Amino acid sequence: MIDRELQLKSVRLRKNLLKYIYRAKAGHTGGSLSCVDILNVLYNRVLNVDPNNFLQPDRDRYIQSKGHSVEALYVTLADRGFFPESDLETLCQYQSHYIGHPTKKVHGVEQNTGALGHGLPICVGEALAAKMDGKSHRIFTLLGDGELPEGSNWEAFLSAAHYKLDNLYAILDNNKQQITGSNLEVMNTDSIKEKLESFGWVVKEVDGHNPDELEAALNNGPFAEGKPNFIIAHTIKGKGVSYMERVIKWHHGVPSAEQFELANKELDEAAALI
Amino acid sequence: MELDKIKEKDLTMGKANLEVFSETIWNLAAQDRNILAVTSDSRGSGKLVPFGQKYPNQIVEIGIAEQNLVGVAAGLASAGKKVFAVSPACFLTARALEQIKNDVAYSDNPVKLIGISAGVSYGALGTTHHSLHDFAALRAINNMTIVVPADNFETEQAIKKAANLDKPIYIRFGKKAMPFLGEENQTFEFGKGRVVREGADLTIIGCGETVYPAWQAASALEDKYGVKAAVVSMHTIKPLDTNLLDYLAANGKPIITVEEHMVNGGLGEACASYLFQKGVSNQFKIVGIPDEYTVTGSQMEIFNHYGISQDGIFLKAKELLRI
Repeated sequence: MIDRELQLKSVRLRKNLLKYIYRAKAGHTGGSLSCVDILNVLYNRVLNVDPNNFLQPDRDRYIQSKGHSVEALYVTLADRGFFPESDLETLCQYQSHYIGHPTKKVHGVEQNTGALGHGLPICVGEALAAKMDGKSHRIFTLLGDGELPEGSNWEAFLSAAHYKLDNLYAILDNNKQQITGSNLEVMNTDSIKEKLESFGWVVKEVDGHNPDELEAALNNGPFAEGKPNFIIAHTIKGKGVSYMERVIKWHHGVPSAEQFELANKELDEAAALI
Repeated sequence: MELDKIKEKDLTMGKANLEVFSETIWNLAAQDRNILAVTSDSRGSGKLVPFGQKYPNQIVEIGIAEQNLVGVAAGLASAGKKVFAVSPACFLTARALEQIKNDVAYSDNPVKLIGISAGVSYGALGTTHHSLHDFAALRAINNMTIVVPADNFETEQAIKKAANLDKPIYIRFGKKAMPFLGEENQTFEFGKGRVVREGADLTIIGCGETVYPAWQAASALEDKYGVKAAVVSMHTIKPLDTNLLDYLAANGKPIITVEEHMVNGGLGEACASYLFQKGVSNQFKIVGIPDEYTVTGSQMEIFNHYGISQDGIFLKAKELLRI
């Protein structure tokens, strides 16, 4: 089943995040474009969160470990009604809360992140607390594949399995590139499925740009009782803009006026085909 | 402000502050199931083995993984748990410093970081097991309270008050038996130093396990020279009790600080920074561990080597008072 509304929203979110990166002259463009479909599905099809009563204790948690892709999070939260999109006019400006990594000063953000390898341990604590209290809400985090070498992730992988945290969902934005080059060249984290399975997680692989596959995986857990859930979302860095796709310089590249216009044209054309 | 009147008396020896911590958290856990101890294979070092047996659902073992210890503690605290993250101070505040900075302080998750066997408590185990950096490192982190109780009273009060504190806090102590300092029925408040001995000729400001030798030195100074030295347990390093510092410096008499920490960035420098900017001209000496390869030995031997002792403080006071 094609969820046309959600697909159109993904295009709009891409246009928005490029708009605010273009205006701020700053942002993590490639990684935001690779994970925006995941965020779209999370906030519009998966997470039980209410912008008008955000802190209600039984909400699902989403903690973005790859904090640098904050522009994707901001436009998704704005679209979901957490704050007016016009707030993003201040992105990365003096005294703005909308800085280059998520903070709780922004309505809808659970934790301050940005240093890598921090999201998952916090999620383990949240998931453990939910288990202790017999609560059924779920805990989600989004990991970048470039942050996998952080040792704290592996400490957390161990503890999540040890404590049988089947309410925990770690999503890997597997865009296969990082600031220096391909993950394989920088630090080989290949065979992540086998590694995580040997750690006691259940791993599913999905097309990270396919809303139906994402929703099917994220809303049908736990994948096995007593085991934490790992979703490898295969994505493309810079997805949706032809000249950005798989090109390393767009990790935090900012488009020129001409490039920005071209990106919008491509995205409008993509929307017309949906 | 009036200094508390302290009666001269011999000190009564108590327990190790570590033992008081373990008893206090035991009592707290009995009343509140949200009290949790989170450990990094450190329940033995933290005297928490009986706690784990009595309250198996209120202890979370993370294994030897301090980064994860603090990250998980932050998540538990965010979910409403009253979390004591218990680990040797040397590992807790160095290995997990980024988690303390970001996941606890910056994200404002009210974790109670408990640094056990702090300073040079592990003596002969060497520098890997010493925490002589923790005041300096954590003083440079916003939204972090640093508490170093001197005696059993302060330890019990600090743990009880921390349990219901909705802000991040770091509490560190050693494992040596400490005497009760000061009078009974005193009050304890974070950020308010405690005057444990009155005196107008000299002020000695200590924290943690250095308040005891400071008290002994003050006692010796009085016995031998009739010098009356005030002794202060500056149990809260951050925020510093600047009102008390103003009061103590007002008499213009020398001030000595004593700490189980490197002199760089510790209690002494915190006091000096405040007082110098206030423009006071009191003589001022910092006693602590110097910036050098730390001498080997037991805690007591290291203390004696660097003058963190009755004799060392006594001699420093004589030098300042020219007696």
